[in-house]
Amino acid sequence: MELLSFGDTGWGDELFFATLITIAVSIAAMAIGFVFALIFTPLKLSKNKTLNVIGNCYTTIIRGVPELLVIYLLFFGGTGAAMYVASIFGYDGYIEINAFITGALAIGIISGAYSTEVFRGAILSIDKGQFEASKVLGIKKHIQFYKIIFPQMLRLSIPNLSNVWQITLKDTSLISVTGLVEIMRQSYIAAGSTRDPLFFYSVAAVLYLMLTFLSMKLINKLEIKYSKGY
Amino acid sequence: MIGIFPGLLNGAVITLQLLVASMFFGLIIGLIFAILRINKNPIINNFAYGYSYFFRGTPLLVQLYLIYYGLANIELLRNSFFWVIIKEPYWCAIIAFSLNTGAYTSEILRSAFQTIKKGYIEAAQSLGVTKKITFYRIQLPIAIKQSLPAYGNEIILMLKGTSLASVITIMDLMGEARKVNVLTFKPFEAFITAGIIYLFITFIIHNIIKYLEKKYGFQT
Repeated sequence: MELLSFGDTGWGDELFFATLITIAVSIAAMAIGFVFALIFTPLKLSKNKTLNVIGNCYTTIIRGVPELLVIYLLFFGGTGAAMYVASIFGYDGYIEINAFITGALAIGIISGAYSTEVFRGAILSIDKGQFEASKVLGIKKHIQFYKIIFPQMLRLSIPNLSNVWQITLKDTSLISVTGLVEIMRQSYIAAGSTRDPLFFYSVAAVLYLMLTFLSMKLINKLEIKYSKGY
Repeated sequence: MIGIFPGLLNGAVITLQLLVASMFFGLIIGLIFAILRINKNPIINNFAYGYSYFFRGTPLLVQLYLIYYGLANIELLRNSFFWVIIKEPYWCAIIAFSLNTGAYTSEILRSAFQTIKKGYIEAAQSLGVTKKITFYRIQLPIAIKQSLPAYGNEIILMLKGTSLASVITIMDLMGEARKVNVLTFKPFEAFITAGIIYLFITFIIHNIIKYLEKKYGFQT
């Protein structure tokens, strides 16, 4: 237990801040994923063949390759690409992109693919009569989406989004390979310097279990709140 | 560009070995724990639930590190004959992946067992079929058929999971791609080629499962 004390002698405070970083990366990734999902869901549902193919390519490719691959590609490729762009503008120094940003973006792209599938399923399960009714009432297409379809889509996708959240939370452990000090990286450092990997990885496992447990409870509450009256 | 292919293909073979081995052990573990989950004894039941909760609630990377770095910390294990297995990263990866996929498989099979219509079991009972035969000839085949689509997804998830083996020094497809990146400083070539190979394997698995579903699929 001494190993977990706060302050200079223990790893308690380091692990606490690492947990906050994990939560921050997960939320950032989830938000980025939302943006991606809101762009690609209409593409997947569109009647235009080309747009359809673009939407399908995104979800198929991202869900078909390992998460680690996306992270490496952005981490190593991103630096190169940024330096290339900078060299056009006459800057030849080394640019290092922040590990937090690359990590959140990589995990966001992945969770976006899952969210896209969730949103698509939710929209497809909305009764067709609602689209027809709003058309008959002369509601414009974008207002129909924002005022009628979008709120229902969010409510219907809460249970499946909670799965996506769990996957995203667990995927953030992979960002540790790029050096961002979240739970996994911090336990790796602690395990290395105290030579007690069993203890610190167990602590990491408990921290992740706590996060998944607490977020499950929270999402269940949300689900009950928003399904009132249905 | 073409020069990197043989190395990556060698890596792909390791990836497939890891996948097949862990799916095989995972299926056995999953089946055992699914049967424990539907047991009515609360202690057995909760033990199986705890197992699947732990392995589904923590990242695969934590489990891999726990087994690869953590188990070596236990003096007792280091002196036993298990050390022969645990000191090899290859076997550690297979143990971690099997336990992980076993947890997911047990959940898939459990839900399949629980959705079997009561009528089948009652019919078997009224025909005087023993409990054991009812399980092996009726419940098990139906459960396996019903869980095919979900199990197909699990295989693909595990294929992606095997890429973590590269973190503990195994030269699987991901490990080879990392090596190419380090040697040539061409991240795009290395990782995109590896990605295409991963997609190709995913595509094949997807189609095999689709074929099996069509052939043995179960309509209720």
